[in-house]
Amino acid sequence: MGPVSTMGTDSPVDGIVATVPIVLSLLVAAWALVAAVRHRPPDRAQFVGLAVLEVALLVLSVLALVAVGGGERPGEPGAFFGYLVTLVCLPPLAWVLARMEPTRWGSAIVCAVCLVAPVVVVRLQQTWEVLGG
Amino acid sequence: MVETGPARRRTNSGPGRLLIAVYLLFAIAATSRAGLQIATRFDEAPVAYLLSALAALIYIVAAVGLARAGHTGRRVALACCSVELVGVVAVGVLSVADRELFPDETVWSQFGSGYGYIPLVLPVLGLFWLWRTRHDHA
Repeated sequence: MGPVSTMGTDSPVDGIVATVPIVLSLLVAAWALVAAVRHRPPDRAQFVGLAVLEVALLVLSVLALVAVGGGERPGEPGAFFGYLVTLVCLPPLAWVLARMEPTRWGSAIVCAVCLVAPVVVVRLQQTWEVLGG
Repeated sequence: MVETGPARRRTNSGPGRLLIAVYLLFAIAATSRAGLQIATRFDEAPVAYLLSALAALIYIVAAVGLARAGHTGRRVALACCSVELVGVVAVGVLSVADRELFPDETVWSQFGSGYGYIPLVLPVLGLFWLWRTRHDHA
């Protein structure tokens, strides 16, 4: 083993760029949960939240792709890009299903999807830096 | 067709739509995992990877069955949820009893602990939902 590589610490999917979508997603999930518990269909705030979340995820994706374009490589490329594609599809999926279901269950769908997104962001980070790699 | 009131529900509306959403998420998760495993390192654990692929297929078909909602859709969903429940329990028991059998994780290993045990809960919810809507689909 040589000296510790600096590439791991320079992960493009770390820090504020990942923290913002995670926090945002959890906020939308909490808001949607409250709506679902109160028998409310998805409101404007949820759809705006999903849109802002999507923008944050696209920023994350662009930064990751720029890093890859600049010669950096994720630890597990296949899994990394799989998670990346899944991630940017999540808010649109929630949006479409919530539009189809204008009841409390639409809010429940938004909540469920927004709970999954942070998990995918964390998995994304893990597949960039492979432990012991 | 005559509406019998607000209690009338099909498998593809209300809570059912949430169920379909979660099935879709698991279909995506299992499909990408199986696809990647089979494409990159099939020789390491063919049984586990083929099982991942089977699980992925079942999640997709179950989601379609619930979404189609008709008589056929319900039967398809019933079959999928049943196979899924048997699968997650069988694989869960086997993976705990004999770790050699599943050297690499699948969606169903350890009763789906890697996925927050949702794979174990999901078929139960699916069967419960089919039972709840049993009179409302004709």
